[in-house]
Amino acid sequence: MGGLDLTFVNWDIISNFVKKGFIFSVQLTIVATLGGILFGTLLALMRLSGKKVLMLPATFYVNGMRSIPLVMVILWFFLLMPTLIGRPIGAELSATITFVAFEAAYFSEIMRAGIQSIPRGQVHAGQAVGMTYAQNMRYVVLPQAFRNMLPVLLTQTIILFQDTSLVYAIGAYDLLKGFVTAGKIYGRPEEAYLLAAVVYFVICFGLSTLVKRLQARIAIIR
Amino acid sequence: MSWDWQVFLNDDGSGRTYLQWMIDAWGWTLSVAGASWVVAVVVGALMGTLRTLPNSPWLVRLGNVWVELFRNIPLLVQIFLWYFVIPKMFPAMKGIPGFVLVVFALGFFTSARIAEQVRAGIQALPKGQRYAGMAMGFTTAQTYRYVILPMAFRIILPPLTSESMNLLKNSSVAFAVSISELTMFAMQAQEETSRGVEVYLAVTALYAVSAFAVNRVMAFIERRVQIPGFIVAGGTGGGH
Repeated sequence: MGGLDLTFVNWDIISNFVKKGFIFSVQLTIVATLGGILFGTLLALMRLSGKKVLMLPATFYVNGMRSIPLVMVILWFFLLMPTLIGRPIGAELSATITFVAFEAAYFSEIMRAGIQSIPRGQVHAGQAVGMTYAQNMRYVVLPQAFRNMLPVLLTQTIILFQDTSLVYAIGAYDLLKGFVTAGKIYGRPEEAYLLAAVVYFVICFGLSTLVKRLQARIAIIR
Repeated sequence: MSWDWQVFLNDDGSGRTYLQWMIDAWGWTLSVAGASWVVAVVVGALMGTLRTLPNSPWLVRLGNVWVELFRNIPLLVQIFLWYFVIPKMFPAMKGIPGFVLVVFALGFFTSARIAEQVRAGIQALPKGQRYAGMAMGFTTAQTYRYVILPMAFRIILPPLTSESMNLLKNSSVAFAVSISELTMFAMQAQEETSRGVEVYLAVTALYAVSAFAVNRVMAFIERRVQIPGFIVAGGTGGGH
């Protein structure tokens, strides 16, 4: 193994190039997770509502999003957003909107499975004590669904974090772009890719180990 | 906004129309996805099987490390590693075409996910199946070959179907190293023609059609290999 030289790495590179990208990647992950779960839950409720006028558009949206590559969705939003809003928007904002819209489809499938995993008796019990549909969802079904699906939701968040690197397609400045930029400026692109891989691995492996532990704890309590 | 589908009949500057270019790009997408699929299934089946071996802790560890390594680095970064870093570290690999490197990147990335499904499929079988093989005097290899794997593969067909569709969608990431597949075509043709909506719509439709075709082929295989009387449980597919 020859040709790699990692001695160029120092704290300045981290704080000048990588930090900014890291912050954006984390921010994008958090916003897309929260927004995705919110809209995903709404989509799941629409699909389970039993009313055609709600079910059909939600099903169309979820299946549509899930059959297109994320890169294409990123490109679509970047192309259409300026026309829809009427003014040009930056790659970072476009990426954030795209990820919320895209992840909502995936989170909705998780939430649908979660809601369906709740025994019917729970819903009937809620109805028996006189709860409305909204109250039943708010106090009986959704809390349990979230709890059952927590490990899956978190695993999806880790995948989401990895996928944020695809904003490369529209040139948004994320963690990967931070490394790539530093690598270009210092003339060490290969080393920068390798470092990026190590950083992503440490973060994702660490988080997935935590999720596994959480899963074991939840499994014991239940 | 008015449509202009005639843009596909325009010359792209090299004597072929955008339509021809797009068909070529579709071919590249299918080639990358198809070749990666073979790599992913072969390696994934091997690694997944290793992880369930009864008396070989080191092979189990090898399988586990493989899965964690290829699952926890973003695909785009893995493609960069294969395309830029590995040829630099091993100069002997400089002559390998980019297509092959991307196939390995996408294949190994997907193999980690398939290995996980294979492991789950094998462990979903009742323990008695393994004991039955041992009671017949089978070696471990024979037990796997004749008892465990035939059933495990049928169990994992539904999640393997969604993983195959994921692989097709993930092949779009090859644009980053200038493989001239559909996404690369979409980006370039959009820039050259300024007819982004038409170009993206056509490309998106081709992806959807391809994913649907994969789905149908896998459903056909599932029906063909079905054993009457065994109800195979579906898996929940996550990720993209």
